[in-house]
Amino acid sequence: MDAPKTGEFAHIGKSVVIKGELSGSEDLYVDGSVEGKIELRNHSLTVGPNGNVKADVSAKAVVVQGKLEGAVTASDRVDLRKSAVVNGDVTTQRIAIEEGAFLRGKVDIQKDGKAAGSASS
Amino acid sequence: MASVSDNVMKFFRSSSNQAAVPAVPQKLTRRSSGMAEISRLLNSQESLCVLDMGATSASNIRFFTGRGHKNYSEDLLRSSLDPELRVRDSEGNSVIDSQRFISDNLVYENAQFDVVLCWNLPDYMEESLVKPTIDRLWSVMKPGGLLLAFFHTRDAGPDSICYRYHVTDSELLEMQEVKFAPPGRPSSEKQSPRLQRVFANRHIENLFRDFASIKFFLARDAIREVLVVR
Repeated sequence: MDAPKTGEFAHIGKSVVIKGELSGSEDLYVDGSVEGKIELRNHSLTVGPNGNVKADVSAKAVVVQGKLEGAVTASDRVDLRKSAVVNGDVTTQRIAIEEGAFLRGKVDIQKDGKAAGSASS
Repeated sequence: MASVSDNVMKFFRSSSNQAAVPAVPQKLTRRSSGMAEISRLLNSQESLCVLDMGATSASNIRFFTGRGHKNYSEDLLRSSLDPELRVRDSEGNSVIDSQRFISDNLVYENAQFDVVLCWNLPDYMEESLVKPTIDRLWSVMKPGGLLLAFFHTRDAGPDSICYRYHVTDSELLEMQEVKFAPPGRPSSEKQSPRLQRVFANRHIENLFRDFASIKFFLARDAIREVLVVR
């Protein structure tokens, strides 16, 4: 995969297990296990191919290549790659789903920054 | 005594049968009278809740959310093949735990959905799950809601290809062959689900007897489209 290319980002490797609330002001790449809550108001979250996230996620953009279970709120976009397995409701302005991605849950498209309002709250 | 894997494999077409089936284009299109009626409902109201019970389809999500509606995706056929649903009955036969299947899937509030797209699910799902699934759908649909299901006619042979449906226009569907690997098998061993049964009209009417009305559309491709009103 591709980890975020621009700027700095925090990286959680595939052997790392975190339980709790994660928040930050930079992009986050998760290839390990996270259970709890992730909040990255104006930044992006990438769940790598080995990533296993069981958390409600709130971010500007969310890219999923691994597993994500929880509510996803993205003020800008959600990108499900072909290896993504997502169980949970997705609220965003835009969504892209590659052939092969698995989604079980609701997709609610909210234009005009309404998703941003709920992401930042 | 048949193993769990033997019981799961009966839901997939054998490779020897696949060799006899002529090659088909990867995607076909068909006009759907049932989808046309659903599109009229979608165009007349806002913020409807749609439940798509086929494989995850970006096209379907785009079609419904682009019109201002909420889309729920739940691939029930894939879920029904979970080997953990298999239990032994009192005689040692492998059966599906239908109660657990219903409790694990279709977990929604009552009267939530305006539209349910069953596609060809009843034709390919284990028989013991079909009626409980339809009963659950009745409870999670709003009065007046529409349910669309496709049933093969007797003209369809046992090797009828299982398609998934992508909504591309108000009455146009793109059909794509469904293939997925049986549980525990690698993705290189993807197979197509096998047609489990052909419903007679009276059986379909009985299946949806709790619904307010039922309408049949017969098409040339050995498919009956059934549109029911909750």
